[in-house]
Amino acid sequence: MDTDAASSHRIPASTFLRELVEHLREHRTELREEWARRITEAKLLTAMSDAEIFAEATSVYDNYVEALETGTFEALQTYSRNLSERIIPRGVETHEVIGIVLLLRDVLARSLFAKHQGDFRMLNRVLDAYEPAANRIANTVAVGFVQERERIIREQQEAIRELSTPVLQVRERLLILPMIGIIDPQRARQLTEQLLRGIRANRARVVVIDITGVAAMDSHVANHLVQTVEASRLLGATVIVTGLSPEIAQTLVKIGVDLGKMNTVGDLQGGIEEAERLLGYKVTPSSDDHPRSSGLRDGS
Amino acid sequence: MAVPILKQARYLIATIQSALTDEDLLTLQATLVEKVGRFRSRGVIIDVTALDVLDSFASRTLRDLANIIRLRGAETVIVGVQPEVAFAMVQLGITLEKVPTALDLEEGLAYLDKKLQHVPAEP
Repeated sequence: MDTDAASSHRIPASTFLRELVEHLREHRTELREEWARRITEAKLLTAMSDAEIFAEATSVYDNYVEALETGTFEALQTYSRNLSERIIPRGVETHEVIGIVLLLRDVLARSLFAKHQGDFRMLNRVLDAYEPAANRIANTVAVGFVQERERIIREQQEAIRELSTPVLQVRERLLILPMIGIIDPQRARQLTEQLLRGIRANRARVVVIDITGVAAMDSHVANHLVQTVEASRLLGATVIVTGLSPEIAQTLVKIGVDLGKMNTVGDLQGGIEEAERLLGYKVTPSSDDHPRSSGLRDGS
Repeated sequence: MAVPILKQARYLIATIQSALTDEDLLTLQATLVEKVGRFRSRGVIIDVTALDVLDSFASRTLRDLANIIRLRGAETVIVGVQPEVAFAMVQLGITLEKVPTALDLEEGLAYLDKKLQHVPAEP
């Protein structure tokens, strides 16, 4: 807690702080109600019912005053993250959380003004004790909220990454890796690792990497693709890249990717046919005109 | 550290069992070239399953080895590159360019059998 402002006074700031905390506890009911009222007035926390707002307001108020009293903010930080965990799924936004904390700060400050309006010096000292702590509290709550949001975003990103990198075995020795969405370096790395493990586990000889669903191709993604192809080759697997759109094909040429290193086919269907050919499969129509693949020609 | 080299019909199988010094690699190179000549081998499989690391010197040596052996009439296949090793290699730009690779010993033998189909069998 910032006590520098108090050091020049003969009476320590803690005295004023104690008095302030007492005042806030004494007038808890009315101040809390006023705060809840102003929250509704400002149209904040619209995702929550009045009863919910009041319940949470009570907790926040008590934690706020406690933080003022003890000068420690760990408990408040923990509370803030727990609170955020509860309200973020309800759709509460950052500006709302910061808004209500600042409203509380204001409500309490005005209450102090009202109490000490007769004694200017006293008011000054109380505010000197209140201000830094109040700032710190607002900061702590806001940071707690933002940290919780960031944690959720990271979790979601991880989930998306896992969802969108399936390595699928469609035939003996043939894997398909459909790439979808935005490929950032982390995801590219995960993709390659997953593919290499898949090649080893399935003893794949051919891999078809389909990039139809890739959002954008820049030199980084292109390089990752080339690396994936080369690493797969080191494990004895041939890679066929399919699904290059005209735009991506142009981009690859412009970037100067060594296309000699990549075996490409226009679409996934063509890629699978090429893969089957490499593996010695032959697809022939059966008597009722439905194509069915007959077994292998060479031993595998 | 001597690398065990087994003869299997017309193939030689060299199994690297631990990290090799640069010297060991050169010794391996010389030994394999000599044996290919002595046994008139048609194929050489170098198993690197046990290696955690394949640096640029090792890669260059293996590449040279493959070329030398090809001049003596035999095909080389590197087998057993681990996923982590493969990943590290491509990131550093180390490739076993133009050297055939296969997943493991079984695949390596299948590759050689297929590649050498036109070679008359030993009487």
